[in-house]
Amino acid sequence: MIRTEEMLLNVGPQHPSTHGVFRLLVKLDGETIVDAIPMIGYLHRGTEKLAEDLTYTQIIPYTDRMDYLSAMIGNYSVVHAVETLMEITIPERAEYLRVIAMELNRIASHLVWFGTYLLDLGAITPFLYAFREREKILRLFAELSGARLTYNYMRIGGVKWDIPDEGWLDRLQAFVDAFEGALAEFHELVTGNEIVKARLKGVGAYDRETAIAYGLTGVNLRCTGVPYDVRKVKPYSIYDRFDFEVPTRTEGDLWARYELRMEEMNQSRRILKQALQQFPSKGPIVAKLPKLIRPPAGEAYVSVEMPRGEQGVYVYSEGKPQPYRLHFRRPSFVNLQILPKLLIGESVSNMVAILGGIDIVLGEVDG
Amino acid sequence: MAKAPDQNREASKADEHHTEAHHTPEGANDPEAERLKEAERFRDEIVTWLQERFGEAIIVEANVQKGMYLAPMLVIQSDMIAEVARFLKDDPRTRFDFLNDLHGIDMKETLDVFYFLQSFTTGRFLALKVKVNHASPHIPSVTPIWPSADWQEREAYDLLGIIFDGHPNLRRILLTDEWEGHPLRKDYVPYDEGV
Repeated sequence: MIRTEEMLLNVGPQHPSTHGVFRLLVKLDGETIVDAIPMIGYLHRGTEKLAEDLTYTQIIPYTDRMDYLSAMIGNYSVVHAVETLMEITIPERAEYLRVIAMELNRIASHLVWFGTYLLDLGAITPFLYAFREREKILRLFAELSGARLTYNYMRIGGVKWDIPDEGWLDRLQAFVDAFEGALAEFHELVTGNEIVKARLKGVGAYDRETAIAYGLTGVNLRCTGVPYDVRKVKPYSIYDRFDFEVPTRTEGDLWARYELRMEEMNQSRRILKQALQQFPSKGPIVAKLPKLIRPPAGEAYVSVEMPRGEQGVYVYSEGKPQPYRLHFRRPSFVNLQILPKLLIGESVSNMVAILGGIDIVLGEVDG
Repeated sequence: MAKAPDQNREASKADEHHTEAHHTPEGANDPEAERLKEAERFRDEIVTWLQERFGEAIIVEANVQKGMYLAPMLVIQSDMIAEVARFLKDDPRTRFDFLNDLHGIDMKETLDVFYFLQSFTTGRFLALKVKVNHASPHIPSVTPIWPSADWQEREAYDLLGIIFDGHPNLRRILLTDEWEGHPLRKDYVPYDEGV
């Protein structure tokens, strides 16, 4: 007689498809997942605790290490919260440098997702194409901020560095002009591929109500037809000056999320193009502020659109140089909650595709 | 007693002479004043709805938060938070279907829990706060109402020791199960002072 029983499969924390130190305990009945228990915290550094003893400017580099694939926007999130409390007017040139840095970073972040996601699915070549393009952005960032990954670029009131030379803008322009061709290449290489479609279409699908109930944001929400983008709903910086769209899909499956991330790179390219046209030729890059920032006593909760969704920053200030309480609503942390719901009942062969489709960064999940 | 700070207070001395003060005349056409007025009207409305349903005492404090997109912030009687949450989610006038954020704050006298709600039907924002007794930090869980509260409540339990009654799986999430104490409490003593 053949005996059947459920099997426990441990995935991670050291496993390439988890994109970091994420652990998942899966219970299998044959090839069907009957239960999935996510375990996180392997990369918890206690950023919120550390912030209690740091000045606001000292906190900025810690945000580099949360979502390390979009450190520019992470930098901005904390700076934005302090500026909201202080009601500072930011110099024009600084605003443009910020938008350029953030949108370049969004493209770089989605490129990492695109490359590694297709690696997850078993396609190696797209990774090389994606990283070829990302390398161009990282070079621009290295020239601008001195770093390739942890930029520590934003400051309260502006940015740390001006463009290194006038040629930097030309090099950026060259990248932006060429990027449309690169996107077309990606589409030709991957989007039309029948195997990719077969792997992604109809897999990992959920509806609008589920997405809202689970607090999903970013592409994970927009793939169900909700046009929710923080840049439009809670406008910040100078995004109201640019003409760009918030693409949505209604299918809610992995394919919809794939298409959206590809389209968002194109929208970021459009913003960059307009920002370069409008870029002020001179002016200060940081507002005049005292060295030691003391925001007035009060509370603020503001958000920015990260490549992975809505990052909220809560600050409680007592008027001291250090925050009394600083909290990050990390998009990957909230988005990841839906994973067991998506996995249960699925075939184990779709597990990696579904996890990758949420697009998590563990530095952010674990805080 | 740490009072909720007044958002309208003058900017601190440090940045006084650097930022432009927003001195606007008291005119009806000032868009900022209009928005503030509209926000206060919405706050009063929502306070009325809640008091009609749950009685006067349900609202401990109500203000409008400039640093939160002019969302009203209501301090709610802590043991009623789940009922209030259910009402705010289901009532056709409010329909707060999206829990954006949930986290705790150690205010020394009390442990506070902060909620930020949004509605995809009305487009409104609302901040809630409850003050929990430090000695016995129990409050009702809102996970049955918004599943997105699940991990966020576990995080608040893990780091601040707030116990959410009715949570389906209230275990530590970021720290190990054997961890002693709750690091984000102001009286927390680390294992090793040097680290």
